[in-house]
Amino acid sequence: MNRYWKGSLAALGGVVVASFAGTAPVSAEDSVTVASWGGAYSMSQREAYYKPALKDIGMTVLEDEWGGAVSEIRVQVETGDYKWEVLDADVGTSLAACDEGLLEELDWDMLGGKDRFFPGSAFDCAVGTISYGTIYAYNGDTYPDPATAPQTVADFFDFEKFPGKRAIYTGVSHTIEMALMAAKGMTAVEAQAYYQENTDEAFAEATAFLEPHKDQLVYWETGAMAPQLLADGEVVMTTAWNGRIYNANVQEGKNFVIVWDGQKVDYDVWAIPAGHPNAEAGMKFIEYASRPEVMARQSQYIAYGPTTEEAAALIAPDVLKDLPTASANLTNAYWADAEWIADHIEELEERWAVWKAS
Amino acid sequence: MTATADSPESAFLAGNNTLKSRLRRAERMRKVWALALIAPMFVFLMVSFVIPIASLLKLSVEDLEVSEALPLTVEAFKAWDGEGFPPPEAMQVFAQELVVAEENKTLGSATRRLNYSLSGFKSMLKKTGRKAEDDLAGVPADQILDAFIAIDKDWGDPAYWRAIKDAVGPLSDFYALWALDRQRDADGDIVMRPSTQSIYVDVLLRTLEISVAVTLICFVLGLPIAYLLATLPTSRSNLLLILVLLPFWTSLLVRTTAWIVLLQNEGLINDTGIWLGLWNEPLELIRNRFGVYVAMVHILLPFMILPIFSVMKGINPWHMRAAESLGAHRWKAFLKVYLPQCLPGIGAGTLLVFILSLGYYITPALVGGPQDQMISFWIVENMSSTLNWGLAAALSMILLLLTLVFFFIYNRFVGFDKLRLG
Repeated sequence: MNRYWKGSLAALGGVVVASFAGTAPVSAEDSVTVASWGGAYSMSQREAYYKPALKDIGMTVLEDEWGGAVSEIRVQVETGDYKWEVLDADVGTSLAACDEGLLEELDWDMLGGKDRFFPGSAFDCAVGTISYGTIYAYNGDTYPDPATAPQTVADFFDFEKFPGKRAIYTGVSHTIEMALMAAKGMTAVEAQAYYQENTDEAFAEATAFLEPHKDQLVYWETGAMAPQLLADGEVVMTTAWNGRIYNANVQEGKNFVIVWDGQKVDYDVWAIPAGHPNAEAGMKFIEYASRPEVMARQSQYIAYGPTTEEAAALIAPDVLKDLPTASANLTNAYWADAEWIADHIEELEERWAVWKAS
Repeated sequence: MTATADSPESAFLAGNNTLKSRLRRAERMRKVWALALIAPMFVFLMVSFVIPIASLLKLSVEDLEVSEALPLTVEAFKAWDGEGFPPPEAMQVFAQELVVAEENKTLGSATRRLNYSLSGFKSMLKKTGRKAEDDLAGVPADQILDAFIAIDKDWGDPAYWRAIKDAVGPLSDFYALWALDRQRDADGDIVMRPSTQSIYVDVLLRTLEISVAVTLICFVLGLPIAYLLATLPTSRSNLLLILVLLPFWTSLLVRTTAWIVLLQNEGLINDTGIWLGLWNEPLELIRNRFGVYVAMVHILLPFMILPIFSVMKGINPWHMRAAESLGAHRWKAFLKVYLPQCLPGIGAGTLLVFILSLGYYITPALVGGPQDQMISFWIVENMSSTLNWGLAAALSMILLLLTLVFFFIYNRFVGFDKLRLG
């Protein structure tokens, strides 16, 4: 059974429950539809949030999938024909949608204030639900001895010590920061700060550093492509989202090793379409999903981390070690600055595309 | 001569009139019928083809984001000649409107548009918008510029003010120039864009280069195959024809993906070569120009073979024998007698392959590297990734014009009346 049908059945189940509730009719406020990304990720949300919500706060959660584009929110807000109370979006999209007035402002009193959440995961219209890391990984079969295997960001670009191709994300994200760390011996945080303050210079230095190895770079476009390139032996190392590498190991029995050095931590966020008549119920769901004990549950089902310190403290150590927010994995890491990215992404993407193609 | 109503002549004329009008009515009915028959096609073409393309192309010359977000400012800036700073009254209007736009969150696409003109404008405008209500509203005319500069020192640079005035539309050559790596400087002269942002002329030349190369390779490979198909006995040529048509009927995506399986580092070709000891390291067969040529030629070859084959099929084989019996060498007979008769098919084949190549997207995207992407890739990139629809539309316009130019060159030298598409 594919996930579309699963989603539909879950939705149908919700409708059936709602219509047969009999003596105590379930009112609209007790039911929300959440749009998310499907697959293993939706599964983890179903187990961690949707199913328990009925028991814990008497809320029926229906599922839907969406493509994550601002236009999908705009069409619902402009026509007033809402399909979803709550969205799981990436931060950049949520900021763009918030700027256009397409998202409700969240009730931060209900959520206990922005300070509860990790830096860069709390916004006027959106609040972090998971954290994921952009890391790099290699095949443990290629470098079996951990002592001589790649360990630092500099190793990723050391083509003499580790000959072979590298795969990086097709967009500009994270590569410039990594190159700055390797080229200038900066820490992750220093590289990010330098990039944001001297953007033109940093960009030129990073691309000049990459230039001699340009023909050794392969670009991945979708999350699934990164582990695939590694598995096919097309590259010896690749950047990737940590969950993808974790899943390849757990579900496909691969022997991929994650190098956490220099990782970028990013978030997915909850948001509510602007003007939704049932926005209050959406807010209730987000509040529930942000409770530490609830949020901590999700990491059991997928290798993505929580967005609050309290939730992180509740996660079992053997689960925590694979999460981007485990303190051992954060020794040299930086947090994505979504607002800065939102302001600069277009020109940086353009410059990056021009560099790649010339 | 006057005729009374009851004269035989008038009766005849009246009869003639009714005949005429009946004829006319019948004619009209036939016309209505004809129109009704083509109406569905016409409506379909308009709705699915002409209107969407026209409205997309319109985006390439439209420049409305700023005037839609800040209509009063645009009006106030009209009086300004563009030298130095705008008059303080116009700045006050701008400040007032920023407060309103921030409140209604209508500034989004205008900030993006202005950022295309001057990088860094987006964050500056957003910052200014956030502080507009507290720091700018109601500031007297003689202090308004200083209030702007207090929020961001870049407001002290007239270029930013000028950029707003230049972006008021409604029509502009901004995107068209951008698609040719050009821009207007402060004096309105057309100059090159900085080299870190220039790519589209290269891409255009690359698109032409790949299209010409693919067309030539297809021609060299396709001509002998078409000749073989046309000259073999029907039973065997039908079998060969199936071999040409089978891939032709297979989905483009399937064939491209099949090439990835064959050409990649651990693919069939490399594995076999290494296993046989022909080479030791995997050869670079994919994510480069070689892979693009292989996959595109394979996909487009039937478009070359089929028109040439259908024309060759119609050539009387006795012509060649006649030429030879008159003393021409085989090759001379082929070049002087046979080949000229194939020209309509060759023309159709090359034109088809060339024009299809110009717009190729999915195959180079899958088997090519970043340096092998053609103009369609950049249209998609601007359409869906950077959301710069104006630039995407301008690039589409260039692609469309390019296709039309080759279309007319072809018409001029070969002529469409001679075209045989099989």
